[in-house]
Amino acid sequence: MMLRIKRVPTIVSNFQKEEADEDSRHAGGCGRNCLRSCCLPGAKLPMYAFKKMNKIEVEEKSAGSENKQPPVPFLDSLLLGEDRMQRGLFRYDVTACETKVIRGLYGFIAQLNEGRHLKKRPTEFRVDKVLQPFDENKFNFTKVGQEEVLFQFEPSMNNEVQFFPNAPVHIKNSPSVVAINVSPIEYGHVLLIPRILECLPQRIDRDSFLLALYMAAEAENPYFRLGYNSLGAFATINHLHFQAYYLAVQFPIERAPTRKITTTSRGVKICDILNYPVRGLVFEGGNTLEELSNVVSDSCICLQENNIPYNVLIADSGKRIFVIPQCYAEKQALGEVSSELLDTQVNPAIWEISGHMVLKRKEDYEEASEENAWRLLAEVSLSEERLHEVKELLFEAISCSMEEDNGFTKNILEDSDIGLNLSKMWTPLKAPTLL
Amino acid sequence: MESQLGLIGQSLDLRYSVWVREALNELPDSFTITDPCISGHPIVFASNGFLKMFGYSEDEVIGRNGRVFQGPRTDRRSVMEIREAIREERAIQISLLNYRKDRTPFWMLFHMSPVFSKEDGRVIHFVGVQVPIPRRPKYTGCTVVRNAVNSCEDGAHFRKGMFGCCRREVCSDTVMEIGRASSLDSVSSPDDGEEEINEPCEASETEKGKANAALSNILSILTHYSELSGKLVCGKCCCLSGTGRLVSSLNISLGRIKQSFVLSDPHLPDMPIVYASDMFLELTGYARHEVLGHNCRFLSGLDTDPATQYQVFFFPIPFFILSDFPTISIM
Repeated sequence: MMLRIKRVPTIVSNFQKEEADEDSRHAGGCGRNCLRSCCLPGAKLPMYAFKKMNKIEVEEKSAGSENKQPPVPFLDSLLLGEDRMQRGLFRYDVTACETKVIRGLYGFIAQLNEGRHLKKRPTEFRVDKVLQPFDENKFNFTKVGQEEVLFQFEPSMNNEVQFFPNAPVHIKNSPSVVAINVSPIEYGHVLLIPRILECLPQRIDRDSFLLALYMAAEAENPYFRLGYNSLGAFATINHLHFQAYYLAVQFPIERAPTRKITTTSRGVKICDILNYPVRGLVFEGGNTLEELSNVVSDSCICLQENNIPYNVLIADSGKRIFVIPQCYAEKQALGEVSSELLDTQVNPAIWEISGHMVLKRKEDYEEASEENAWRLLAEVSLSEERLHEVKELLFEAISCSMEEDNGFTKNILEDSDIGLNLSKMWTPLKAPTLL
Repeated sequence: MESQLGLIGQSLDLRYSVWVREALNELPDSFTITDPCISGHPIVFASNGFLKMFGYSEDEVIGRNGRVFQGPRTDRRSVMEIREAIREERAIQISLLNYRKDRTPFWMLFHMSPVFSKEDGRVIHFVGVQVPIPRRPKYTGCTVVRNAVNSCEDGAHFRKGMFGCCRREVCSDTVMEIGRASSLDSVSSPDDGEEEINEPCEASETEKGKANAALSNILSILTHYSELSGKLVCGKCCCLSGTGRLVSSLNISLGRIKQSFVLSDPHLPDMPIVYASDMFLELTGYARHEVLGHNCRFLSGLDTDPATQYQVFFFPIPFFILSDFPTISIM
């Protein structure tokens, strides 16, 4: 079944038109009109101020027509704009890339994208360490031109969604921005860069993860997902960023059945992914968005600190989060990946793991099958035993931080129905063994 | 000029004769009818059984989307399955945790089925039936086990199946035995309520039977009352392929675009309109069924008020469609 992306022109809003005229004003500085101190002072960028809502409010907001519509429909107008295409900012035309859904149980998605491989920025750092310090000399997002920035993304001051087409950039507020991804895999592929001016390295912290969840919730669309790749799990830039795009089909990983492991005291449910080539965890529930966010970010922080590369998928408008530890880069380095798979040159980052396979060679695309996709992704997965060890680390980390949050010392984990032996969970942290 | 509320009110009236609401409310079951063609896919009818079970008044429910009855413990994957069933316009039967108005959660078997227009085969409504799944008690105390074992023949097998609520191994007869035994020694602690809710609840054949029966009754009422109005419906899709229609879930997404526009399908003979936005209908004064299936040229017919000047743009739309339909062009 062949899918075709029909590109359609977008509304160039009055806001954006004005901005284009003013762009030329800031041609001073380094001449690149970038985001550093040479060009940024005095710059103005659109700003989307989101409302910090708890979960109940989210449900009521999306239900009733009695609630006010946001001033600008977030996803439709802001994120899928095409005028940047016309301005030649993209490295290649993603809409010219063939895409198809592979016949099979899960519906893996294959895209033939010969340009991305050649024109994507190459990785500039070592791949065996998840935590690496930020390096000013390497590429980072403050070096991009302001024309690549779609808007600043900040919480609203007055608890109402607001859009400002021309907001000054307040350096002291450490703004977060959404920028276009010049190496897109899909139409509307954007980057969320939390606190861009702070030049944070690629590592998750509670605040930035929460921001990513707010963005997913704001889009209110289960087909708009956010993804994160840690260093060592095929992130290419060591400057904290999330990716996001819209694809109106289910991801195979979203279809996989799950089995509950436990529920935390704040109501966050943690499950195993079953019947899927890659093993990992799914987080959902929680009485508020913050509670869900904190459990997931604490898990990611634990993985980072134990040098375990991982990928994250934020799905279902921020209500379902997949955390997948992986080991492909290490296997590659140790020469344990078959040449057949290496020849495809597919680097299994979060989108590939989710089931959207970006293929670089025509023959791989022509012969794409569920078995091939499965076989590739199976190489990415941690083994059952290794994942078990990782889970032990995670649960210990989560319950420790839950205790800090609550100020209690009671047993946090309520109900562990299958698999994990309670006594084993409380043993001290072991040094992670090599896979 | 149709406001959102007006559209919701008319949703049933346009298709079925005016007595349909009374007939539907004669059924004791809890069910809702939703309209996927209205933006937001709102509820357009809720039975008295539904209002009673969830604790809402009619005003509080009509116009809302079904997701308001979900909550933090509702399994997201189940919600996703329902969403996909809507998108693929097929029936689904699934256990789901819902929340009443007072936010108390309860398990129910949710059985949803599309209603198709006989004329052009598109989905005009979804019917959702809710059958509560009674909580199978979970016991941890030994006393109860002993009593129950005594009162049940199949002792050993029963004992294994007793722990954990809603397990299939616990047959309904033994559940009643437990019930009787438990009234003698109540051992369930206050915490149990919480844990029971977390356990996924499987529906038994009883619930499934009730759901199927209810749905069948509802569909026959709808079919009957659609005959009276002349706009026939049926429970199965029986359209001829080639009639242009958009998947109902696409309607929901398109409904969020607050512009006047139509979509026509160039792959069908005479390039008919397959979607018209609410604002377009407001602007032109046509009703939806008068526009769908016709080519755009009807806009400039003799009927057009010469005093009114329309400016028809090839209107840019800020999104793309990735679908398995033949390419749709945008006007």
